[in-house]
Amino acid sequence: MQATSNRPSSRRLDPPRIATLAPVVAVRGLRKTYGRIVAVEDVDVVAYPGEVLGIVGESGSGKSTVLRLLNLQEATDAGTYHLNAEGVTTEDLFTLDRYRQREVRVRHIGIVYQQPHLGLRMRYSSSGNVAERLLMTGERTFATLRRAANESLAVSEFPLDRADDPPAVLSGGMQQRVQLAKAIALKPALLLLDEPTTGLDVSIQATVLDTLKRLQRSRQITMVLVSHDLGVIRTLADRVMVMRGGRVVEQGLTDQILEDPQHAYTQQLVHAKL
Amino acid sequence: MPLLDVRDYSKHFHIDHLGREIGVFDTLSFTLEPGQFLLVSGPNGVGKSTLLRCLFRSYLPTSGQALYDSRYGQIDLASAADIDIMTLRREEIGFVTQFLRPRPRVSALELVAEPLLAAMDAADAETRAASMLDNFGLKSALWSAYPTTFSGGEQQKVNLARALIAPRRLLLLDEPTASLDAATRRSLAERLAELKAEGVAMLGVFHHPQDVAHLLDGEINLTLPQTSPNGVSAGN
Repeated sequence: MQATSNRPSSRRLDPPRIATLAPVVAVRGLRKTYGRIVAVEDVDVVAYPGEVLGIVGESGSGKSTVLRLLNLQEATDAGTYHLNAEGVTTEDLFTLDRYRQREVRVRHIGIVYQQPHLGLRMRYSSSGNVAERLLMTGERTFATLRRAANESLAVSEFPLDRADDPPAVLSGGMQQRVQLAKAIALKPALLLLDEPTTGLDVSIQATVLDTLKRLQRSRQITMVLVSHDLGVIRTLADRVMVMRGGRVVEQGLTDQILEDPQHAYTQQLVHAKL
Repeated sequence: MPLLDVRDYSKHFHIDHLGREIGVFDTLSFTLEPGQFLLVSGPNGVGKSTLLRCLFRSYLPTSGQALYDSRYGQIDLASAADIDIMTLRREEIGFVTQFLRPRPRVSALELVAEPLLAAMDAADAETRAASMLDNFGLKSALWSAYPTTFSGGEQQKVNLARALIAPRRLLLLDEPTASLDAATRRSLAERLAELKAEGVAMLGVFHHPQDVAHLLDGEINLTLPQTSPNGVSAGN
């Protein structure tokens, strides 16, 4: 049998011609190593206003590292990072000092972690957790803080009669809603979601996904969603990047990646899941 | 200029774990004018749905061009950037199947109104959605209910209303009439006639083309490859 030399490797597509808005996120040439381990190599992340970009891959594929770099939690080894947000449009975020990076993170980037304790103070009240974000911007009036926190909790479809309860006594789904409320409190340019519904009951997962979907429609927030769950990706993402071994092996429209995957690895991934 | 000018269009699936290539259609060429309705015909397994999915880019065509005359100028659907395809799907090109994907806690009215939200406020969108659901014969008692609980026939009415509510310039119809009752098939044919009169171009696969026979302008007949009788040819 002849070697499969004409395998349709990722087809080169044209550059955008209709899209006139600048990308919200434009990260180029990302590289991150831990000692001798190359976690991420030669990865570009481009997301346009209001779109949800999914990143899928197995554990160790580098997808969570990409998210941490986008969240300016770690220093990158190579690459540039442009975020189309007030006051930083022309800057490469990777070159900013720690203080300014933290400011960008608070003002323009929200994140929801799989594990709520990474994003929340588990023994503070839920509304207090959300208000803390607002405090960081200098708001000091108690009434204003509480109103803004409750508004954000309401958008996250969190039951307000539990706003004084600490996350520690809430269910997993509720904890994710508190994280989400905190993440969107300052109306960030970019919302990062790291396995936001993994570990939740299926029915709870559906309602949290629905909240995210409503939020995306009503506020047009640009989101980068990392998940190993193709069902979550199908529900939320407009486009998908498939990562393996620190590199992007394939990317495309979500339905195309799931229904007509080109790369051998993506075919395996899709067929193992559906 | 035609709305769609398809040239030497081919689709092969490369199935890695089988180590082979499955050819579906090869060097297909045709044009579609505004207001024209072409039937995609041919035996089972010849790739009729595959052609529609390639044009919508749910599948990636293997080679050839699909030059589409968008409001933004001519663009090749075979190679356009994903973000541009997203814009065209939102504004110009619709895909109609027989299946609804209901979401929890989203009412029939909201689901149907959704494609209009980019262009108008929710109240106007829901007014139009109501009249569309009425056209397709969904009982008004169900408009505020969740389609996840609906019967198959009721879901199909919601599906068609949603798929055909927003103004489109090109509609790809993938067996939308399969298993519809007679009244709903009639409503669908009426809606398609309206759209055709408005200049919408349509390309459709129909199990029973007689439902829309009076609207058809021609046919794209797909034939099985000569090399194998079952539509599957080994990689080369």
